[in-house]
Amino acid sequence: MTSVLTNLFDGVAYGMLLFVLACGLAVTLGLMNFVNLAHGAFAMAGGYVCAVLVNHTGWPFFAALPLAFVSSAVIGVALERTLYRHLYTRSHLDQVLFSIGLVFMSVAAVDYIMGSSRIFIKLPAALEGQFDVFGVGIDRYRLMIVVICGLLTAALQLVLARTRFGSRLRAAVDDPRAASGLGINVPQVFAFTFAFGCGLAGLGGALSAEILGLDPYFPLKFMIYFLIVVTVGGSSSITGPFLASLLLGIGDVAGKYYVPKMGPFVIYTIMIVILIWRPNGLFGRTVTR
Amino acid sequence: MTTPADVGYHARQHARWHWSEIAFWVLVLACAFCFPSRYLIMTDIVRLALFALSLDLILGYSGIVSLGHAAFFGVGAYSAGLLSLHGIITEPVIALVVAGLAAMVLGFLTSFLVIRGVDLTRLMVTLGIALLLEALAERFSNITGGTDGLQGIEMQPILGIFAFDMFGKVGFFYSLAVLFLLFLLARRIVHSPFGLSLRAIKNNPLRAAAVGIPVNRRLIAIYTVAAFYAGIAGALFTQTTSLASLDVFAFEKSADLMLVLVIGGTGYLYGGLIGALVFRMLQEVFQTITPQYWLFWIGLVLIVMVLVGRTRIHRWALFLPNLVIRQFAGRRAVVALSDNEAP
Repeated sequence: MTSVLTNLFDGVAYGMLLFVLACGLAVTLGLMNFVNLAHGAFAMAGGYVCAVLVNHTGWPFFAALPLAFVSSAVIGVALERTLYRHLYTRSHLDQVLFSIGLVFMSVAAVDYIMGSSRIFIKLPAALEGQFDVFGVGIDRYRLMIVVICGLLTAALQLVLARTRFGSRLRAAVDDPRAASGLGINVPQVFAFTFAFGCGLAGLGGALSAEILGLDPYFPLKFMIYFLIVVTVGGSSSITGPFLASLLLGIGDVAGKYYVPKMGPFVIYTIMIVILIWRPNGLFGRTVTR
Repeated sequence: MTTPADVGYHARQHARWHWSEIAFWVLVLACAFCFPSRYLIMTDIVRLALFALSLDLILGYSGIVSLGHAAFFGVGAYSAGLLSLHGIITEPVIALVVAGLAAMVLGFLTSFLVIRGVDLTRLMVTLGIALLLEALAERFSNITGGTDGLQGIEMQPILGIFAFDMFGKVGFFYSLAVLFLLFLLARRIVHSPFGLSLRAIKNNPLRAAAVGIPVNRRLIAIYTVAAFYAGIAGALFTQTTSLASLDVFAFEKSADLMLVLVIGGTGYLYGGLIGALVFRMLQEVFQTITPQYWLFWIGLVLIVMVLVGRTRIHRWALFLPNLVIRQFAGRRAVVALSDNEAP
């Protein structure tokens, strides 16, 4: 029984991590309808920035996390302004090709600069080990992830629902033409959201080094997971992707623990079934855009 | 002023063999005799060309973006390997057809999943199917050999006469013959009324349905045919290299294939063949410059191609040949690509 709860907790932590990693993609792919397969590359960039700061320059882990966010966001906004912007109106095939090219380049570049082996980030002693709550083993690091990601999710939900920027973004997504007619600078809103999503991915990448493993092939290995979160979750709100990532996280951890022989088989099957059943995602809107 | 008779006339004109096509195949055959020491890489190119031809049928002619075409390649490869390893069908040509049919069955079954939904769902489903098969092949390692792959495949002589030699000469001519035959079939398909209806679907599915084309049935048919082609390419891979390993299903394989087709140009059959040649040569060059990091340059090529615009690059590439052709055969004979890249 306790092992079930421990697994459940691990699954929740994993799912929340996936959500932070993928929620930027929910905006670009789900809302702006841009097939960005290179989202994992931004996560990897954040992870490596954090690793270099902590391991080589001796920064404290918690000080390096915001920097991982900032660096990924800066890379994101630079690429958005120079490259992505030109591709918003192009065909999906072009977008796929472009982002695959970006993934390939990032994989090779990181391999060249940092080497091909998996890297670890030195964690502060306070985050290591487990403690027991009523006999349920809780990993300290995972608890921190749950807390950070939980706070982030709540903040995101608030920003989207309550602030002026949130309503601008929702307007821009619902109908870009009407939004720009009302005086909303749609490209600017999208660029900002893109950068913010990339920053979140970078933060997620830094957090995930311990759990998912960080190596140059990170963007390729986890691409499908990010895509699952977005396509299964749908794009009508932030809750859809959130629930989808929790589902994916818990399912994946449970699958690996209880039916280790099936490997990722379970996840892919579930994804295909859901997509066949509801092509716009579990919580998606019914109109195809 | 296009009466139905006119349309038919133009379609038939288009379907006729152009002299440049004959020249292309003569050139290919000449290459086969000019570089007797490079059979292995040329076999590789031929195989890749066949695989790209298969993707062209669904991407270039019907507009289905697939990220998991390696699934059918893999099924073909493993089928051919298993058939020969367990001595079920030892004759390579029959084994080839059977492996192609196995992939075709899979293609038919999965086509129902693919025709549902929009581009994004298609991407995900095709990718998911390839990953699923990879996971399956890894899971049932007692059948597939797991990460080690199928080992100890020994190929019998083709038709009982031509034994595979170690320089790959027989393997090359065998692959080339298969490619040519399947190319003829593909050519027949895309110039038939069926092929024309596919193009109508690609340009505008709604309009195609309105003029009475059964959209879903046509898409299922072409997807199944393309799966057959990919299966044959996979089987050729196993038969000529005596190898089948897990990476036949890998995502990189499907991504590379897209690049091959995009380099060559989609929607005119020769795109895959030319793309395979250019891609393999690029790969050779990059691998000699930076053995470990050639992926970087491949990525750069992809990005540049997309940003500059695929049709524009093809126009530049055709500038010099067209200049020559214009000198000899007049303005009308120039090679032009149809830029049917609907956004």
